[in-house]
Amino acid sequence: MEKKMEEYAIIDDYLCIRMPQEVDHHGATGIRECADRLILDDKVKNIVFDFADTTFMDSSGLGIIIGRYRKISCFGGKVYAVNVSERISRILRASGMSAIVEILT
Amino acid sequence: MENGRAKTGAAQITANEICMEFDAISENEGLARVVIAAFLSRIDPTVDEIEDVKTAVSEAVTNAVIHGYGERGGRIVMRAHLSEEKVLSVDISDKGVGIADVEQAMQPLFTTGAAKERSGMGFSFMEAFMDQIEVESGVGEGTCVHMWKRFGVGQDEPAPILQAAVWNRSGRA
Repeated sequence: MEKKMEEYAIIDDYLCIRMPQEVDHHGATGIRECADRLILDDKVKNIVFDFADTTFMDSSGLGIIIGRYRKISCFGGKVYAVNVSERISRILRASGMSAIVEILT
Repeated sequence: MENGRAKTGAAQITANEICMEFDAISENEGLARVVIAAFLSRIDPTVDEIEDVKTAVSEAVTNAVIHGYGERGGRIVMRAHLSEEKVLSVDISDKGVGIADVEQAMQPLFTTGAAKERSGMGFSFMEAFMDQIEVESGVGEGTCVHMWKRFGVGQDEPAPILQAAVWNRSGRA
């Protein structure tokens, strides 16, 4: 599935990614490729994952987040999760990943 | 499952079972989630219960697609059984490459798919969101994941699988 570029926005040194309704292995590759292209091209420092549309996420979503975290954390960048529903928050907390992702509800 | 036989006193339902065989392609991860959610709908599960099962099923089917069949396709069978006592059992099986060391595969963060950014949290999620899980596997024969969950008993927030320090260490790997 081709990702639409309006799902990605760069504001200052923040890359904002609007996550799809269901974040699973099936859609993960497209998100990774788009995000990484933008991280390289535009000197993005921080990443904001916007979960406003997301109702489902499995461990494939953690792979997306941890992978981007590895790319930016060595330059002092941070990863944020915004518009997080109770379910997505539960997934992040259950994995212990809320430790590296700042959750803004 | 032992406690599955205990009587709850709640209104009983008729036992039910479904079996579905499908191609091991990533599109079907979502299909398996929709089917298990529909199967459970008649027992009025809570949103958390249903999402927990969908997450566990998604992990097991994704494992079969990626690891069992190496994303080269094959067939996956999902069998779901709901007992009169509202105990769900789900089996997800494949005839893929199998797992040489099941105990190692079930460790948090262990993955053979690091290059593809697999998080290594699939089995941990199945364990966190279901009551019980068993994995049978034979190299060259395939893998079957059995999972159980009892409905209508409420549930606790799962304890974090990993602590901050572990993620931070793995992040700098």
